[in-house]
Amino acid sequence: MAEDSKTPKLDQLEEGPWPSFVTEMKRAAEKKDSAKDLLRQLERSYEDRIGHWKHGGIVGVKGYGGGVIGRYSDLPEEFPAVAEFHTLRVNMPAGWFYTADKLRELCDVWDKHGSGLTNMHGATGDIILLGAPTSALQPCFDDLAEAGFDLGGSGSDMRTPSCCVGPGRCEFACIDTLDVLHDITLEFQDELHRPMFPYKSKIKISGCANDCVASVARSDFSIIGTWRDEIRVDEAEVARYADEGMDIQSEVVDLCPTGSASWDPGTRKLTIDNAECNRCMHCINVMPRALRPGKEKGATILVGGKAPIVRGALLSWVIVPFMKMEPPYTEFKDLIRRIWEWWDENGKMRERLGELINRLGMRAFLKAVDLPPVPQMIRIPRANPYYFWDPEEVK
Amino acid sequence: MAGRTDFGPPNYKEMLPPVIAKNYGQWKYHERVKPGLLKHVAESGDELYTVRVGSGRLVSTDWIRDVCNIAEQFCGGHLRFTSRHNLEFLVSDKDQVEPLIAYLKEHGFAVGGTGPSISNPVHTQGWIHCHTPATDASGIVKAVMDDLFEYFTDWKLPAYCRISLACCLNMCGAVHCSDIAILGIHRKPPHINHDIVRAKCEIPNVIAACPTGAIRPDPKEKSLTVNEEKCMYCGNCYTMCPGMPLADPVGDGVSIWVGGKISSARTPPKFSRLVIPFLPNTPPRWPEVTDAVRNIVETWAKYARKHERMGEWIERIGWERFFALSGIPFTVQLIDDFTLASETFRSTPTFKW
Repeated sequence: MAEDSKTPKLDQLEEGPWPSFVTEMKRAAEKKDSAKDLLRQLERSYEDRIGHWKHGGIVGVKGYGGGVIGRYSDLPEEFPAVAEFHTLRVNMPAGWFYTADKLRELCDVWDKHGSGLTNMHGATGDIILLGAPTSALQPCFDDLAEAGFDLGGSGSDMRTPSCCVGPGRCEFACIDTLDVLHDITLEFQDELHRPMFPYKSKIKISGCANDCVASVARSDFSIIGTWRDEIRVDEAEVARYADEGMDIQSEVVDLCPTGSASWDPGTRKLTIDNAECNRCMHCINVMPRALRPGKEKGATILVGGKAPIVRGALLSWVIVPFMKMEPPYTEFKDLIRRIWEWWDENGKMRERLGELINRLGMRAFLKAVDLPPVPQMIRIPRANPYYFWDPEEVK
Repeated sequence: MAGRTDFGPPNYKEMLPPVIAKNYGQWKYHERVKPGLLKHVAESGDELYTVRVGSGRLVSTDWIRDVCNIAEQFCGGHLRFTSRHNLEFLVSDKDQVEPLIAYLKEHGFAVGGTGPSISNPVHTQGWIHCHTPATDASGIVKAVMDDLFEYFTDWKLPAYCRISLACCLNMCGAVHCSDIAILGIHRKPPHINHDIVRAKCEIPNVIAACPTGAIRPDPKEKSLTVNEEKCMYCGNCYTMCPGMPLADPVGDGVSIWVGGKISSARTPPKFSRLVIPFLPNTPPRWPEVTDAVRNIVETWAKYARKHERMGEWIERIGWERFFALSGIPFTVQLIDDFTLASETFRSTPTFKW
């Protein structure tokens, strides 16, 4: 390309203190015509106030049904280097931990085959390699495989599961989120790579109720760490927080949602009525040196979370209040297989698990996947008299 | 090795720095030392310092190589990313922490995003690489964070504040539980291209994709028709059928939602609620959006109590107070009329004036 890209609107986004994606695009554009055309097409979108990518297009690599998203410019004559500009989703290591050497291997592959632009990371958690022509996809994947990187999910499959930093760095982690993630990702490679479900199916794993990967909002299956015994209290450290100026009454006790914490400023003793505690994490968040989750740890399993498409957003709801999460995680794997089977049999096209349960009812769901009804599943019992009986129960 | 499939991601165990491999699952507590710096202490007494920097999410391989070099210089080449596009340097040698932070600041990295601050906004592709966007993603985030940079690098807020952006209702960014969500919306029904519908679309699937039943067969055209009065521009039909695009320079823009939350700390997770139904697309810096977001952040910061998230503050004071304090006009679009709308209506005669 003879003339340099002229991008007066985007140039304004190189100013200011926040990291500039435009600067990154320009760095890539110094080496790659595709990055240069991407920059020019984006400038055009900034002028037109409209996107310039065509709808869909199916591309892929051998043996896989997902992991690559087809993308074509709707202005291929003007921006020929992005006429085909497909995305590879690459499965990240659990917890997004890397060594510099491993990342450099990834960069070498992408500099060879693609635009040199990436997302670290995409919304689901994958490494997103942004922009390669159709002819480069298979060679790129072959080199990725050589470097030990596999593809993630796309389409109606199990999407790449993700998890919080967990026991890698967080004392709140009640389950080994990294190991659970790695284990189930390997267990369900077929479900990840070959779309065969009614729609996407997402799994996210958080070590505690702070839910740093937003599993409750963003996944069909949320695994959230919790504990069943008593919060561990280090009284000396409680006193130290008070000495350092923390107002334990207003910052901890008054914000406890169950009223199960009390503070005696005279004796400087914090008391927690564990029978009334709902394990929300607030007090532990505020005083991590002094308070810790108990020792009998496991996970709450919730299902149904999703963004609005098609029938409205849902937050996941509890189906198993407490499950031990120990390798090889057989109880969880058996449960998710039963649920997938029921969803696969009953779900309409593009019907997420939560929407199917809403349509057929928790009663049908619990019966089909063989889970007992327990009060932890609900916020409040029903207020209408429109309920069913199995004829077998009425004798 | 060509042809190998289903081998899975790199094993995280091979990525961990020695201090983590040694103290895995044995962390005792952490401290927020200062904005952008966390200190984790293990049962063994070992310490791990984490220096967090915001990334723009869209980064070049040159940038990745840069941060690899920095990680090698200061922390044995060990780094990780967070669920919100932050980069974290994992430092086990305390003496390297301040030199690393100084180096990062000198080279233009945004150190911060921990504690009571605005965390790095999660966002989607926008005009850069998506076929259904109603707005750009990276550009708005850049403009908003340039404007609110002080809240990323300093602790000036009652609690943390999560801003997220999705460029259409598909919400790849799942922004619907954010303290402040910026959501691209369309305002015009799809303009149907019958030739494309006939050639490329499964008509029953497109009809079924409409949440309001606005789409009907058009037997004369062997295509589809849209009852425009029932259409709320969600774009589901376009996802199913390329013959029904909605994008429009005048119709498209941005909506603002507030008060969502993911964590169960104190109060249950909540959805974000619509407070501004439309702001125009004004690239490259979207001043209407940056002003609106700043106003919401600063109104909350002024009135909320310590540890009180946006949604918790609004629930305490009541929504009518939120609109009064923020000066945001209340419009009819803010009243739900989708499924289960009446759950959002008020049944008590108890208000604040």
